[in-house]
Amino acid sequence: MSISYDLWINAVIAGMLLGGFYAAVTSGISISFGILDIVNIAHPAFIILGSYIAYIVNTRLGYDPILTSIVVLPAFYVLGAAVYQVYYVSFEKRGQEALRGLAFFFGLLFITEVALILVFGVDYRYVEAPYIGPSLHLGIADFPLRMLIPCLFSLAMFSALQIFLSRTFMGRAIMAVAQDQEALRLMAIDPVRIKRVAFGISIATASMAGAFLIIIQPVEPSIGREYIGRVFAICVLGGMGSLPGTLIAAMLLGIVESFTSTFYGPSWAPAVAFGFLLLTLAFRPSGILGR
Amino acid sequence: MHNSTFFVAAVAVAAAVFGISTYIGNDYIYFAGYVVLQYIVLATAWNILGGYCGYVNFGSAAFFALGAYSAVFVHKFYPLPIPALIVIGGIVSGIIGFGMGYLTLRLRGVFFAIATLAFAVVLQTLIINWDYVGGSRGAYIIRPSDFPGLGSYIEYLYLIMLALAVIAVTTARVIERSRLGYGFAAIRDDELAAEAAGVPTLRLKLLATSISGALMGMAGAPFPYYIGYVEPASTFGLAYAVNSIAMPMIGGTTTWIGPLIGAILLGTLQQIATVTISSVVNLLLVGVLLVAFVIIAPNGIVGLVQERLRARGK
Repeated sequence: MSISYDLWINAVIAGMLLGGFYAAVTSGISISFGILDIVNIAHPAFIILGSYIAYIVNTRLGYDPILTSIVVLPAFYVLGAAVYQVYYVSFEKRGQEALRGLAFFFGLLFITEVALILVFGVDYRYVEAPYIGPSLHLGIADFPLRMLIPCLFSLAMFSALQIFLSRTFMGRAIMAVAQDQEALRLMAIDPVRIKRVAFGISIATASMAGAFLIIIQPVEPSIGREYIGRVFAICVLGGMGSLPGTLIAAMLLGIVESFTSTFYGPSWAPAVAFGFLLLTLAFRPSGILGR
Repeated sequence: MHNSTFFVAAVAVAAAVFGISTYIGNDYIYFAGYVVLQYIVLATAWNILGGYCGYVNFGSAAFFALGAYSAVFVHKFYPLPIPALIVIGGIVSGIIGFGMGYLTLRLRGVFFAIATLAFAVVLQTLIINWDYVGGSRGAYIIRPSDFPGLGSYIEYLYLIMLALAVIAVTTARVIERSRLGYGFAAIRDDELAAEAAGVPTLRLKLLATSISGALMGMAGAPFPYYIGYVEPASTFGLAYAVNSIAMPMIGGTTTWIGPLIGAILLGTLQQIATVTISSVVNLLLVGVLLVAFVIIAPNGIVGLVQERLRARGK
C-alpha cells in the first residue's frame, strides 16, 4: 500500500514539474495563436531550433543551456519579427491567412526539421549541466533537478510575461490588438507594429523553451511534432490567450500524462494530449478560463 | 466536356501511359511511376477538402497509413485480393475522416487543421503499441513475384494505382462541376454567407472530409505490397503530409488539373532528386518550393497560366 502511495505522490510531482515546463512551451503559442490569432504551427520547430543552439554552445564552449538561451533571446525576437513581417505582407494583408498562411507555417516547420536533419542527423542530442542527474529528496517525494530547474525557470518566465502583458503599455497594447484593431488605429497606434512585437516575443520564448526541453530529454529534429498536439491542446483548454488559464491547463496535462506513463507506460503519453484536445473542442471550446 | 466523356478520355490517357510503360518494359519505370501515381491520388484527395472547401488537412500521412495498416490487418487475418483491400482501406479512412470532421468542423477551420496534425501523432502511437500489425518492429508482407496474365507483380500494382488515379481525378472533376462543388466553393469563399444562403455547410464539409479521407486510404492500401515491409516511422512519414499539401498548392488548388500538374512535376522531380542527390535534400526542396509558391504565386501554376492568358487576351 505504501509503495503505491509513494508512486502516486511522485507521479503528481513529476506531472507538476512537467506541467511547468509545458507552460513555457505553450506561452509562445498563447501569444501568437491565442492573442494574435496567428496559427503558428511552426512554433515547436523554433523550440527545437532553440534546443540545438543550446546543444551547440554547450558541447563546443561548455556554457549552461539556460544561460545560452537567455543570451540568444534577442536573436529569436528578431527572427520572430521577420517571420511576422513576411506573414503579414504575404497573407494577412491579402486576407489569405486561412489556407495559404497555414501552408506557409507548415512549410517553415518542415524546412526547419529537414535542415536540422541535414546538419545534425537523426541522432538524439543532449546537453551536460551540473543539475542533470542529482535529485532533491523531501521525505518520500523526489524532485529530480533535471525537471525542477527548467520548471522553476519557466514559471519565472511565465510570471514575467504575465506582468508584462498586464502592467506595461506595450503589453496592454498587445492585449488590445486582440480585441479591436480599429480602435487601436484610432488611438494612433499601428496594430501591425504591435503584432510584430508580440510575435517576436512569442518566438523569443521558444529559445528558452528549447533549452528547457534539451535539459529534460534528449532531442532529435522530428521530436517537435509531438509538441504540436500538446501546445495547442493546452492553449485551447487554457482559454486561448489567457496566461493563467494556460498555466492551469499545462499543469493538468502534465499530471495526466505523468499518470499515464507511470501506470500504462511512456509510449502512450503522446495520445493523452490529443484526447485532451478533441474532448476540449467537442465539449468546451472556450477552455477553462474562457475569455 | 461531359463527365462520361471525361472519364473515357482519362481512361484513354491512362491506357496510353500504361502502353508506353510496358513498351519500355523496365521494372524501375513501374516502381518510380507507382510513387508518382500515388501522389496524384493523395494530392487530388487533399484538394477535394483543402482546395475546394478551404479546410487544411495536415494528416494525409495518417489517412494514408490507415489504408496501409487496414491492408496489413486484413492480410494477416485472411489474404484478400488488392482491389478488395482498397475498398476496405477506403471505408476505414472515410469513417475516421467523418468522425474527425464531426468533432472539429463545427468550430473554426484552424481547429480542424490542428486536430489532423495531432491525429497523425496519436494514430502512430496506437500503431506502435499494437503488436498484431507489427508494432514498432514493423510487419513483412511477402509480395508474389508475378501476377497471372500480366508479368511482374509490380506491373500489376502500377496498373492498380493508375486506375486509382483515374478514379480520383474523375471524382474531383465530377465534384467540381456539380451542385456539390458549387456548395464547396461557397464554403471556401465565405462560409457565413453560404450558410445564410441555405447551403448545408456542416453536411457538405463532412462529405468532403469523408471523400478526401477515403481516397487517401485507398491510395495507402496497396502500399504494404509495394514496399514489402511496413513500419510506423516511414508509413507516417511527414513526406506524405507535406507532398499532398505542396502538390496542389504548387499546381493550383481550385481545379482538378492543379493537383495533377503539381503531383506529376514534384513527384517526378523527387524521383530524380532521390536517385541523383539524396532523399533528405529532395524533401527540403519540396518545403522550399511550397513556401516560395504560397508567397509568390498564391494560385499556383494554373493561376500563373490563367494570368498570362488573360494578359494576352487584352
